[in-house]
Amino acid sequence: MKYLCLIYDEEKKMAGMSKSEGDAFMGEYGAFTESVKSSGHYLGGNPLQPVHTATTIRSRNGKVSTTDGPFAETKEQLGGYYLIEAKDLNDAIQVASRIPSVKTGSIEVRPIMVFS
Amino acid sequence: MGSEDADDQVRAAVDAVYRADSRRVLATLIRLLGDFDLAEEAMHEAFAAAVEQWPRDGMPANPRAWLVSTGRFKSITAMRRRARFDASLTELAERLEAAARETGGDDEESVEDDRLRLIFTCCHPALTPDAQIALTLREVCGLTTEEIASAFFTSPSTVAQRIVRAKAKIRDAGIPYQVPAVADLAERLDSVLHVVYLVFNEGYFASSGEALTRHDLSGEAIRLGRLLIELLPEPEAIGLLALMLLHESRRAARTSADGELVLLADQDRSRWNGDQIAEGSALVERALTMRRLGPYTLQAAIAAVHAGAATAAATDWPQIVALYDILVRADPAPVVELNRAAAVAMRDGPLAGLTLIDAILARGDLAVYVHAHSARADLCRRLGRADEARASYRRALELTRQEPERRFLERRLASL
Repeated sequence: MKYLCLIYDEEKKMAGMSKSEGDAFMGEYGAFTESVKSSGHYLGGNPLQPVHTATTIRSRNGKVSTTDGPFAETKEQLGGYYLIEAKDLNDAIQVASRIPSVKTGSIEVRPIMVFS
Repeated sequence: MGSEDADDQVRAAVDAVYRADSRRVLATLIRLLGDFDLAEEAMHEAFAAAVEQWPRDGMPANPRAWLVSTGRFKSITAMRRRARFDASLTELAERLEAAARETGGDDEESVEDDRLRLIFTCCHPALTPDAQIALTLREVCGLTTEEIASAFFTSPSTVAQRIVRAKAKIRDAGIPYQVPAVADLAERLDSVLHVVYLVFNEGYFASSGEALTRHDLSGEAIRLGRLLIELLPEPEAIGLLALMLLHESRRAARTSADGELVLLADQDRSRWNGDQIAEGSALVERALTMRRLGPYTLQAAIAAVHAGAATAAATDWPQIVALYDILVRADPAPVVELNRAAAVAMRDGPLAGLTLIDAILARGDLAVYVHAHSARADLCRRLGRADEARASYRRALELTRQEPERRFLERRLASL
């Protein structure tokens, strides 16, 4: 099955890291990505620009509106994702629990819907 | 065969097999068919076929294996029939048929594993606790939706919805039908034990309502506990069964003839159940020798010390405080600290206990916990501080949702 691992963390905390802390954190991500590539779980993944760069678009009654920012203010923000292939939810949890942000934020694991 | 007597006998035999083995049959069919609903349907088809065929053909040598293979093939046949209208089922039917040719799949060992798989799947931490409880009582214990609803004072439609959603999540999120790997076993077992303990507590302490205890739920939890240690004799599983048995042994003495709450110190110990105490204490010994002390085993050890005291005055409080000291380290929860404080009050006097309880309350922990205030009230009462005792009883009265407890607190308040 395919699962999307959504990474939520506090942007403020990330922004407040010193250079060496930030480098160490990125290093952990690099090592994690390599490990899921070699285990065959990795299908894709990217970090996202901070929430202040987000634009939300809606269309109601044929009228498109474009607004600044995300649609909800939350303590933790979506900061990136991995798309993985896993045997089942237990396997996906194993992988997701090694994503570095699991220690500071949280990871939401969602199965990809398959239309048969 | 053919006479009505013989028919009745076979019918009774089918009923007996249903009671003894329907959960095993279901657990194996879920593995073989890969779906809870298909398995349930297949199991009912198989028992219906048994009622029809066994009087005619005689009982099979191995009724359970017969039921599993009959259920499995009925399910495949039904799927083939439906596949005529829904082509997407053809592939599934073929896959199940191929698997059926390959394996018998119902040898003794895999059948026992299936029961564990079912337990771990129903108690998977990705399901909400409410769903874990409902699904476990439904699938593992075989309770009906109506029975679960009445046990938890909720409507059958609420329970049914919880179960439907849980099954949908198992299917859609890919929760596997398996016993967790050794690395995850401890954490996953915690989740199973927690479900069993919640079911027991709901039966023993009935969190709300008129009746003080609901015996059926406690009985189911103890049955689950027995099944678990038969399948997986881990120290904490043994500790939990011991704890439940030792609590259960006091059931008859916990309420007076007119349904009022009787505290441990005031209970008629001759009404404690000696068999359950003996079994529970032996299980505590067994868990203690396994040298991995967890919270359930420690609580059971404390309950065993109480059970071993001929009178309340003869209770070995130093031993109980020593066990609480270890428990607080294993499980540093405010409720555990509160219970330790109550034990310290018995060992060193009410003032020592009150100091500890006030420290817990001062931290803001347990501010809305009934028993923190009723325990504080009791210690103040024993110290002769009537005003403080009254204030704490009143606070406890505001917080209780249980009728017998409310009456107990009011009697105490009135006696001051």
